[in-house]
Amino acid sequence: MINILLSGDRPRSILLSAILLVILIALALAPFLFPGVRSLETAARICIFIVLVASYDLLLGYTGIVSFAHTMFFGLGAYGVALASTHMGRGFDALVVGSALGALAAAVLAFAIGLFSLRVRAIFFAMITLAVASAVAVLVSQMSELTGGEDGLNYLVPRELTPAFRFGEAFGIKLNGRLLAYYLVFASCLLLFLVLLRVVNSPFGRVLKAIRENDFRAEAIGFRVVAYRTMATCLSAAVAALAGSIFAIWLRYVGPDTTLSFSIMLDILLMVVIGGMGTMYGAVIGATLFVLAQNYLQTLMGSASEATSALPLIPDLLSPDRWLLWLGVLFILSVYFFPTGIVGRLRGVR
Amino acid sequence: MSDAPDHSPTLASLSISDRLGQAMPYILVPLLVVLGFFAIGSSSSWLTLTVSGLAMGMMIFLMASGLTLVFGLMDIINFGHGAFISVGAFVGISVLFTLGDWTAAASLSLNLIAVLLAIVAAMVVTGILGWGFERVIVRPVYGQHLHQILVTVGGLIVIEQMIHVIWGPHEIFLTRPETLKGAITYWGAALEKYRLLAVALGLIVFVAIRLVLRRTKIGLIVRAGVQNGEMVQALGYRLKLVFVGVFIAGSALAGLGGVMWGLYQEVITAGMGEEMMILVFIVVIIGGLGSVEGAFIGALLVGLTQNYIAFLAPKLALISNIGLMAVILMWRPQGMMPVVKAK
Repeated sequence: MINILLSGDRPRSILLSAILLVILIALALAPFLFPGVRSLETAARICIFIVLVASYDLLLGYTGIVSFAHTMFFGLGAYGVALASTHMGRGFDALVVGSALGALAAAVLAFAIGLFSLRVRAIFFAMITLAVASAVAVLVSQMSELTGGEDGLNYLVPRELTPAFRFGEAFGIKLNGRLLAYYLVFASCLLLFLVLLRVVNSPFGRVLKAIRENDFRAEAIGFRVVAYRTMATCLSAAVAALAGSIFAIWLRYVGPDTTLSFSIMLDILLMVVIGGMGTMYGAVIGATLFVLAQNYLQTLMGSASEATSALPLIPDLLSPDRWLLWLGVLFILSVYFFPTGIVGRLRGVR
Repeated sequence: MSDAPDHSPTLASLSISDRLGQAMPYILVPLLVVLGFFAIGSSSSWLTLTVSGLAMGMMIFLMASGLTLVFGLMDIINFGHGAFISVGAFVGISVLFTLGDWTAAASLSLNLIAVLLAIVAAMVVTGILGWGFERVIVRPVYGQHLHQILVTVGGLIVIEQMIHVIWGPHEIFLTRPETLKGAITYWGAALEKYRLLAVALGLIVFVAIRLVLRRTKIGLIVRAGVQNGEMVQALGYRLKLVFVGVFIAGSALAGLGGVMWGLYQEVITAGMGEEMMILVFIVVIIGGLGSVEGAFIGALLVGLTQNYIAFLAPKLALISNIGLMAVILMWRPQGMMPVVKAK
């Protein structure tokens, strides 16, 4: 049963299995184990980023393509839901239509970019996606009558998903719509993750790995490398858009900063590399660690900065605003010394 | 034994369409300028826009030239190139601030000396930084594109954050030196003095790069290395050393571009390099990876198109660069003048 659910791709390390199990249980019971608004926000964010990072890993880790447009697809999904909810009115049908249209738009756009760049050289893809993503981000912040510009959009989700909807109490926790919304997020993210796991362990995923290892040889064996790369790009874009839709449903707000900014792209890159490229479980560990660190470590850095305020330069280096600096250093070091990330390390210990 | 097959060499001259195809990239810029003239109608605004387009193109070229050469020579794609642009701008502007008396004086020579000193300081610092960057960040990942992209992005983050630490988190506003402010009126068109300076400087650098590449021995080695590195090494040249030199020169040019761009915008931020990288990548892709001439033409095309479109249809200006790139890639999927690799 577990084997079927995991598509035959077991964690292959006792420690790794234990960690994954802890993460799964913690996320599944988050509203009861860690009551409070902030921890619930963190848990939902972890769920969504696991899917987003896993879909990016399909590109980076499995196919060996670097894309800088992943936040663009994420944002397309989020704006899909936001626009549908604004124009179709409150209701589940708006959420479904918005998600579907967002995913479709993302796949079509990914296909177009793939046509221009993957045909020639995979390395073009990184540069072209960077250019297109920045153009889209500018476009979204400029077309304010449609997208709300820099302010973003606020909209209503169905009443069943808001805190105002109450239905009793259990284990001392008030059961309200927010809880339902969390479980909607959790369930859809788990489903998407298992689907991605299925994809990478299918014959299709095997071809992708072959392309990553040696595209010339894969072509020689008779696989059309361009077609496979384009398909992987479209699939990854569609899943990223769905993650964006879930994010929009959870947040009830979209704006360029929360969905489209380049810093989120950097976050995704860091999560993939730290967790481990080329394995879906890396996405789980990377996203969990990163989001936790983002939420709780910055407070720690703030106090460290204050504690050293008498010394020159060090408080500047330790201030919470400079947290990207340390992540950048960590990022470079992990690409050099742990190219397989945490998961690769754990599997190596055995 | 049978006779050799009947074969006589023929001297076929290239057809007109073939020749036109080869010359097309060179014709594109004048063609665009002429098209712009007819689309805009008024000759004075056309002249203003053309000069500002050329100035912008020249500055982008300064930043793009290093990147494209580094790629052509060693097959390395440096996403951290933008960091040198930012660092160059911050160092150069700091020098200009310390020379405040000279930049405030209404003497052209003092102003130019101050700007020159700022440029030299920026180029030295970014050159040294480039040397360190190559040593620490790029060298361990030769030949692995995926890791190169990741590691250089990491380097970009770190350098940008270090700028925040050293110069503080806010953007810095500045004013141009006294005699470079304002515009001269020529033929009814207002031409900003600084833009003319930028065009002149860009042209000088382009001609200098071309001369070095075409007329000197080191240029010969670099060009040969771009075409077939292994063969050059087999002939006994230490290509790694040449490459480090090119990397340093490219970083210094990015620093120069950064100072010029900072003075052009009259504001500098740590993220400016990252923003410029998007234009630089478009230029490098349009021109064909590895080609300096291609980058030059691409940069001019980008600068001119952006200025013309911003005047004709301001709404389209945001996507004009992407549109230009799409059109060129449809016409030539490898870019206008891709470097032919003998592999």
